[in-house]
Amino acid sequence: MSQIQPEVREALSDLGNGQPGFGAARTDIAFEVNGTAISVNVPPLRRLSLVLREELLLTGTKVGCDAGDCGACTVLVDGDPVCACLMSAASAAGASVTTVEGLANGRLSALQASFLAHGAAQCGICTPALLVAATALLDKQPSPTETEVQDALGGILCRCTGYRKIIAAVMDAGRFEPSTGSAAPHPPAGTFSPYSDGEKGEAPALAAPSPRSSRGEGKGEGQHQHQSFDLGLDRRMPISGNAVGSSPIRLDGVPKVTGGEKFGGDSFPADALAVLVVRSPHYHASFAFGDLDGWAKAHPGVAGVFTAADIPGKNCFGAIGPFADQPALAEGFSRLRGEAVALVAGEREAILDLDLSDFPIRWSELPHFLQPAEAQAEGAALIHESRPANLLTSGLVERGDPEAALAGAAFTVSGAIDTSYVEHAYIEPEAGYAYLDGDTLVVVACTQAPYMDRDETAKVLGLAVEKVRIVPTATGGGFGSKLDVSLQPLIGLVALKTGRPAALAYTRTESMISTTKRHPAEMKATIGADAEGLVTGMIFDGDFNTGAYASWGPTVANRVPVHASGPYATPNYRAEGRAIHTHGPISGAFRGFGVPQATIMQETLYDELAGKLGIDRLDFRLRNCLRNGSETVTGQRLDTGVGIAECLESLQPHWLRATADADAFNSANRDRKRGVGVASCWYGCGNTSLPNPSTIRVGIAADGTVILHQGAVDIGQGSNTVITQICADALGLPLEKFQLKSADTAITPDAGKTSASRQTFVTGKAAEKAGRALREKILRFANVSENAALQLDGQAIVIREGEATRRIELASLDVDAEGFVFRAEETYDPPTLPLDAKGQGKPYAVYGFGAQIAELEVDLKLGTVKLIKITAAHDVGKAINPLLVEGQIEGGIAQGIGMALMEEYIPGRTENLHDYLIPTIGDVPPIETILIEVPDPEGPFGAKGLGEHVLIPTAPAILNAIRHATGVLVTKVPATPTRIRAAIREKEARR
Amino acid sequence: MIRYAKPTSVDEALALLGEGAWRILAGGTDFYPAQGSKPFRDNVLDINGLASLRGIAETDDHFVIGARTTWTDLIRRPLPAAFDALKQAAREVGSAQIQNVASVAGNLCNASPAADGVPALLVLDAEVELRSVAAIRHLPMHDFILGNRRTALLPGEMVTAIRVPKPAAMGTSAFVKLGARRYLVISIAMVAARLVVDNGTVRQAAVAAGSCSVVARRLAGVEAALRGLPVDGGLADAVLAAPMSELSPIADVRGSAEYRLDAVREIVARAVLAAVGRTPGEEVAAA
Repeated sequence: MSQIQPEVREALSDLGNGQPGFGAARTDIAFEVNGTAISVNVPPLRRLSLVLREELLLTGTKVGCDAGDCGACTVLVDGDPVCACLMSAASAAGASVTTVEGLANGRLSALQASFLAHGAAQCGICTPALLVAATALLDKQPSPTETEVQDALGGILCRCTGYRKIIAAVMDAGRFEPSTGSAAPHPPAGTFSPYSDGEKGEAPALAAPSPRSSRGEGKGEGQHQHQSFDLGLDRRMPISGNAVGSSPIRLDGVPKVTGGEKFGGDSFPADALAVLVVRSPHYHASFAFGDLDGWAKAHPGVAGVFTAADIPGKNCFGAIGPFADQPALAEGFSRLRGEAVALVAGEREAILDLDLSDFPIRWSELPHFLQPAEAQAEGAALIHESRPANLLTSGLVERGDPEAALAGAAFTVSGAIDTSYVEHAYIEPEAGYAYLDGDTLVVVACTQAPYMDRDETAKVLGLAVEKVRIVPTATGGGFGSKLDVSLQPLIGLVALKTGRPAALAYTRTESMISTTKRHPAEMKATIGADAEGLVTGMIFDGDFNTGAYASWGPTVANRVPVHASGPYATPNYRAEGRAIHTHGPISGAFRGFGVPQATIMQETLYDELAGKLGIDRLDFRLRNCLRNGSETVTGQRLDTGVGIAECLESLQPHWLRATADADAFNSANRDRKRGVGVASCWYGCGNTSLPNPSTIRVGIAADGTVILHQGAVDIGQGSNTVITQICADALGLPLEKFQLKSADTAITPDAGKTSASRQTFVTGKAAEKAGRALREKILRFANVSENAALQLDGQAIVIREGEATRRIELASLDVDAEGFVFRAEETYDPPTLPLDAKGQGKPYAVYGFGAQIAELEVDLKLGTVKLIKITAAHDVGKAINPLLVEGQIEGGIAQGIGMALMEEYIPGRTENLHDYLIPTIGDVPPIETILIEVPDPEGPFGAKGLGEHVLIPTAPAILNAIRHATGVLVTKVPATPTRIRAAIREKEARR
Repeated sequence: MIRYAKPTSVDEALALLGEGAWRILAGGTDFYPAQGSKPFRDNVLDINGLASLRGIAETDDHFVIGARTTWTDLIRRPLPAAFDALKQAAREVGSAQIQNVASVAGNLCNASPAADGVPALLVLDAEVELRSVAAIRHLPMHDFILGNRRTALLPGEMVTAIRVPKPAAMGTSAFVKLGARRYLVISIAMVAARLVVDNGTVRQAAVAAGSCSVVARRLAGVEAALRGLPVDGGLADAVLAAPMSELSPIADVRGSAEYRLDAVREIVARAVLAAVGRTPGEEVAAA
């Protein structure tokens, strides 16, 4: 390993006196990074990750946990992968360090190209580490097996992809060996442009066809592929008019594999004040500050301490206006562990060396409760005075006469299921910085909802909304939690009060204790069927622990009753969902808004009911699923576009094969048993019965580029690519002509939040409308009919209709203030109707459907589960980009696996990524995706949303498979080895 | 102002240790997580300059694992089959990134009840070499790790090596880890077993379990039950019937106490079978 150089050692040896209060003195440390000799002057114990990022500005190395739990900081030291967060600068002395920035050598490496081709990078935050570790593997073993890849990458967590495409990309990298090339494939290391207007993903110029392509999409007759010379990369660009349905390499993909992508913590200005947040260590406590000024003065480098008293606006935010209840900084008492109570801002070095243990605050612990039952108990203290019985809100859907239906049913089944807090565990903790641009506060941070951030930040800070500008960075995963503001008002306050830029990156623990979770649910339900196996009625009741503040609790309370029937015709129905406050973590939005929990209840009961009826479990579902013309439990008639039957039918051959396989295995094995389970999903896309508009602006610049203001924040799911594909075909110009402008609130109209599986549908529809409107303007200008074809030829548009050709020289046209010669802006808001007091109405304009089969093996003696395969059939209406659809499905399944088998956030005990477990690369089995395309009449090109749908069936399918294997249903999720084994023992004891 | 020193000789390191209280930095994989985002306030003695402490040497009586030897060093070093359990454990310590820098000795000094390396070293009868300016002493594992995060290290001392007596490097061994996911997981329970088989009969048995007591323990009742048995499926039955009074697991986020007691017995049986090259759990049902 690294040998420290003698002169360095001398300088390091026993450093004595220096400035008081500081850690070890700085010293010169020399090593090699990406082949270049460098020297830094840092304290010897500084983490190598920090040295790389802050001294050398190599921000491709990410910090996800500072504990070796996530692997995001993986670099090579003398050829071996290490976590840079666990290595001292001193240990790097004399060593050769390779970061992601060093992998490309004039052009993308084969592995980088393979990652892009396979869609192995989604949000991209873990991608640098995976590339670095896989490079070390491929150097030793150019053709690794799947197990070798898993062993090599087992220490790096990915929360988006489900790992399968990563495995494929590494195993397949050999096919992408570059021939020759030149030109730098990534921006020079260390550069950053925090004030950029957010250009991203500029499509490459047309280039020669490539002989190489790894996928079938978009290669039909008349299509040609393009390869840009600078990267040696086949981007699989479709020809004009064929963007929808093709799988070009994601338009924002290249920076994700070069380390060039700038996430929330990657572009802090050098002169920014660093901010620390003082948080409550108690679940419920009152507090009083001591001499804050005196404390600040006693700590050199501290620029100020800020509390609720400094907040100029309304110290109250919340995702859903009428329920807003959360202070940015608590006032006098705190309602949850981890709640922010004060900010300390100071010079970066001073803050790094600041010990908050003497911060002048006195805590008085108050009684707390973490369980809804305690919160609802007679006489329980109210967490919010205005909410009796600690009930935030409840939602109800009622139809027919469920009691009578159950009383008259031939068979009924009843059960109860409890679920746990689930942490989003994106690998990028919240990060960003704020600064004043004149009298405008600019917040540059990761987010899922820039306009909501703007409005909330403005409200808290007492600013007009137009005086707050949100510039979204790349976002390293969100899954719902980055819908809520987190650090935006905090860094905004510091910038406002000090006049200096203020930067903050949450630690992993800070992120876990202070941001939202999936609601723990306590559910019970009864379902009845007639003798023919048709479901006649269902009653569902669910308490959802919404934690200390409202966040998206009302959405969960409302969405659950609408969806708790599953995609099955249920003529008599009552479902109630309640959001109940406790002093637990705030439960908010998490992929599915309560529906994944409710579906576990319903789908496990369906298995039991099928068993009572003696009907095959898949057949039972087919018998009851919604069809075109069916009415949902809210009384909404779905005339067309209902694809659940097609999903279930497509699974039938897999079901037969899987159950036969399991039977064969089980007859030959005693201590291990295999099981097969199935479950379905449906999910309404967009807000529930509420306005939900998206606006898209697109135009043509005088130089012939198509400028798309793409406001649908891409948190890895692919909206930068999908929205552009839709717009390209609506406009009739090729995808590679598009240049994107980001969701910066100063430059791009509001395309709503990235949530509720709405972007492909709602923003996609706005993009379709805007594309068509722009096309219409050009055609009208040229005075040709709708049948004309557009083509961009340098700085001219060429319009052909039949034999006639018209050429518009763009330079001859007037250019507007934003540089457009033609422009269009369109808004789309899905047509929904309010739900009445019984929850009847048309809550969503579009639904998506799906069903999955889980195959697994249970070790009966240990209660452990080995997943064998997931087969997923999803009706997406139209797969705008099939590769990205697969990516969503695989990633959603991975999160469903985590929810089913291992994820349980316990406040105070699992506030890190080694006690809180998410699936690793060895925990996700092969996934077979079946894309079903039953067009939706409302969605763009027939498309439906899918981001949340894909997670919903996984956990119930797994629980059903465990029951199939073992005969026991685990009724508390996750089904850990302890719980599975306890259930098996209980069953054995009953014998 | 804290002191930081990175000596290049053991004598220099020991001299510094004699001057006052130091926190020792080796691989850093426990050091930095324990530090979190707090500023450094302890004097730190960085032993990564002590080249002589890295590597595995063979003497007449011992295999000597230098204190800075990493798990990867251990995996890559050819060693007798008795070390297979230790090598298998090495592959389960955190991730490859951790194994590349974390030291075997550090795993002992950190004294976590869930330290994957400890059961495998216990079955090798390993001893810990402790040095100070004044003395050198050797402690058996069970005298070195005293409790949760508690060791017998005295002020002025550091671990300089772990040594395995040659007689304990006999036989074959295996390690079984039980965790709630495939990689990068803290063990719910883990077991190492080393058996010396002679003429189809177990002559020696060394079995240890971790994460089921404050400090990983050798299982004397299991070892006694195995000695003298023929090597066949009956070994598992002997394990399942043997006393394991050494174990007193707690309930934590990884598993209940009841589950641990139940499951550890099973993995002891599997580790014992694996140590003699039999694949557990493959019995074909009568049907």
